[in-house]
Amino acid sequence: MPQFRLPENSRVQPGKSHAAPAGAKNVKTFRIYRFDPDSNQKPRVDTYELDMSSCGPMVLDALIKIKNEVDSTLTFRRSCREGICGSCAMNIDGVNTLACTKAISEIKGDAKIYPLPHLPVIKDLVPDLTNFYAQYASVKPWLQTRTPAPPDRERLQSKEDQEKIDRPSACILCACCSTSCPSYWWNSDRYLGPAALLAAYRWIIDTRDEATGERLDELEDPFRLYRCHTIMNCAQACPKDLNPAKAIAEIKKLIVERQH
Amino acid sequence: MAQPERPLSPFMQYRWQYTNTLSILHRITGVLLSLCFFVLVYWLAAAASGPERYAAALATLGSPLARLLLIGGLFSFSYHFLNGIRHLFWDAGYGFELPIARKTGWAAAIGAVMVTVVLWVMLGASLGGAP
Repeated sequence: MPQFRLPENSRVQPGKSHAAPAGAKNVKTFRIYRFDPDSNQKPRVDTYELDMSSCGPMVLDALIKIKNEVDSTLTFRRSCREGICGSCAMNIDGVNTLACTKAISEIKGDAKIYPLPHLPVIKDLVPDLTNFYAQYASVKPWLQTRTPAPPDRERLQSKEDQEKIDRPSACILCACCSTSCPSYWWNSDRYLGPAALLAAYRWIIDTRDEATGERLDELEDPFRLYRCHTIMNCAQACPKDLNPAKAIAEIKKLIVERQH
Repeated sequence: MAQPERPLSPFMQYRWQYTNTLSILHRITGVLLSLCFFVLVYWLAAAASGPERYAAALATLGSPLARLLLIGGLFSFSYHFLNGIRHLFWDAGYGFELPIARKTGWAAAIGAVMVTVVLWVMLGASLGGAP
């Protein structure tokens, strides 16, 4: 039975407020989830009023501005600031996306910023992704071969074969999809989730890979694969416009097809 | 120093997407449809138990509350049927592109309301008198 309420230690309390600097005309309010592991206190939501006339356009710009100018204790992951590293994935305005590619102007009203949903929180906006990465590793995301490689060249692929893996390879493992999936929220101990399954699909359809059968064997499981109920929140959330739901359906099809 | 247990990040505040709305509606209507089988059995059992019992059952099923529940049952049937067709296409690998999924989702939801109305009118006509 799914658990709808947060455990006692996770319920969010009212937090502190940081008012906008005096004279600020273009003020935007950010409500940000905070958790300090050293404080022995429950998580809280702090309010920050920022002067938008001196802030960059993206949510990540606002977070960096807060950390630089208002509250240096605010903790979040970020690196590339251009949507290719996947570090700044978080729940913004109710939906999982990357802080660096989400424009503040797209958010109506106060900007609510939370960590990725239904994960253990290490600090503030930094969730523990250990299980997520372990699931990714479990699909063996590398080329597996039995036959020796040609002595004089790489294992070549046709352009068409390459195009099949072109899109799934664009996944940046930000975890936006998996943590948007209600099925993953309640079954992440056994269900691999959209990100790991998209990665599995990328290797299953790779024409150079020679472990397709074993890969499908691994996935043919009521939980690992079949907890996907085609809800499609994953495709809705993906900041790279990928479609894990379709990849999962293709895996299911391959498992059915190989029985005939 | 012992770290306190890590809190679970909030998830129920996730903004409802049309995707998960239609998905949970499919599940809810599926459960309601199963419950409707009890009504069907009640109706058939009454029909097999003679005219008086059947008349009594019809009176029960014709009460305002029962009619409301029947409308819910008809909607459950219509939506579960139409959205089930979406699922069939998905299982065959079609209709995953978001613009298409959005269109078929709207079609299933609006179609279900329309089919419910049509069935309700037909049911009313076949039972005689206004529904």
